[in-house]
Amino acid sequence: MPSLFLRLFGWVIISISAVACATAKAEEVTVAVAANFTAPMQKIAQAFEQDTGHKALLAFGATGKFYAQIKNGAPFAVLLSADDETPARLEKEGVAVVGTRFTYAVGRLALWSKNHSLVDDKGQVLLSNTTDKNGFKKLAIADPRLAPYGAAALEVLDRMGALAKVRPKLVQGDSIGQAFQFVMTENAELGFVALSQISIDGRITQGSAWVVPQNLYTPLKQDAVLLPVGKDNLAALALMKYMRTDRAQTIIRTYGYSL
Amino acid sequence: MHLTTEDLSTIFLTLQLASVTTVLLLLIATPIAWWLAHTPSRWRAPIAALVALPLVLPPTVLGFYLLIALGPLGPVGQFTHWAGWGSLAFSFSGLVLGSMIYSLPFAVQPLVNAFEAMGSRPMEVAATLRANKLDAFFTVAIPLAKPGFVMAAMLSFAHTVGEFGVVLMIGGNIPDKTRVVSTQIYGHVEAMEYAQAHGLAGAMLVFSFLVLLVLSWTNRRKAQTAT
Repeated sequence: MPSLFLRLFGWVIISISAVACATAKAEEVTVAVAANFTAPMQKIAQAFEQDTGHKALLAFGATGKFYAQIKNGAPFAVLLSADDETPARLEKEGVAVVGTRFTYAVGRLALWSKNHSLVDDKGQVLLSNTTDKNGFKKLAIADPRLAPYGAAALEVLDRMGALAKVRPKLVQGDSIGQAFQFVMTENAELGFVALSQISIDGRITQGSAWVVPQNLYTPLKQDAVLLPVGKDNLAALALMKYMRTDRAQTIIRTYGYSL
Repeated sequence: MHLTTEDLSTIFLTLQLASVTTVLLLLIATPIAWWLAHTPSRWRAPIAALVALPLVLPPTVLGFYLLIALGPLGPVGQFTHWAGWGSLAFSFSGLVLGSMIYSLPFAVQPLVNAFEAMGSRPMEVAATLRANKLDAFFTVAIPLAKPGFVMAAMLSFAHTVGEFGVVLMIGGNIPDKTRVVSTQIYGHVEAMEYAQAHGLAGAMLVFSFLVLLVLSWTNRRKAQTAT
């Protein structure tokens, strides 16, 4: 009774060739994504797969770490950076494909608290005293040396004249993700986070927040760049194009970025 | 080697953290180890497993739970607020607490080994000489277990110096308070300041090697004197 074995064997051959055919058309692209862009990128990757059949494998993390990894041969095909300096630097150092850089999103900074009544719509809470009823003990920011959102937060504090006063209350996360975590767990009453982390469709999802006016800090331009690994990868090239389609840009705006 | 004053202050803070942690840890690890080495209780296995947990748990898990526990809604946070100490997150005391949990098995295990190797005979002899239990513990057990204490202290110290994930999660990277060598190296690398990263990372490498070398020498000498 060899038929069962033969039939099984036949199925295996058929399914292997089916998978092989599918992969011949659709490729995979490994993307290094800035931590603050996690949520929108997951949505975009889904849409990208629906629309093009290509698959985007996403790695989220701090841009500085990606820089070190890319310089040392990490297999990323595309970098979606948290800033515009890192892609420029990679290009200058010959580890990014020249002429492929573009701004895929401009980040928005928000002052946020889990407490519903702590943050007012002008950020005046930053100027309050610890002893006030509306006082706060800890203000979380991303490390200004490592994260553009952290540097922007310092800029805002400086322009408001609040920096000297709040400096002793500052706690730093290594990324904007960690600054968010400190406020989320209420270990810090207040924190500067990315608007994308706390809002969807223009609504703040919980607590109270002040969306910082963009004239108070240098624009948080986030640039994408193609890396040598992705030079001949169809999926990588398609993704670079896809980021600029209406569908992707709508998702990006939904999460509180401007373009 | 290229070390800035900021780097030096992280070294100083790290040594301070490791020293405080080691002293406190030896104080609480000694009774735990003594109990583990002698108890016939059926609770011995679960407690031993609990003590060994930090060995296998990723520091991110410890850090994550600590962050939640220290927060105003967490059990530790509620207690410290009730006691009027404020929050332990982002403070040196918080790091000490985190380091003690993180390094606990490194203090307990060598002590358990030392107490077990001693056997029950020395304490029985001390009892026949009418030494009370506490007296015998300090005058007989501790001197006999001295190599165990040395090893526990060195391992706890070195392991705390090498701590990273927990500090990252609950420290907040505050200069002179919670910014230690390992997080400073991480910061240098992320900020692409590789020259400074090399300075501190090199110092760390040499230090860790020396600690292990000394440990290995003491172990050999102990083995030789034992034979």
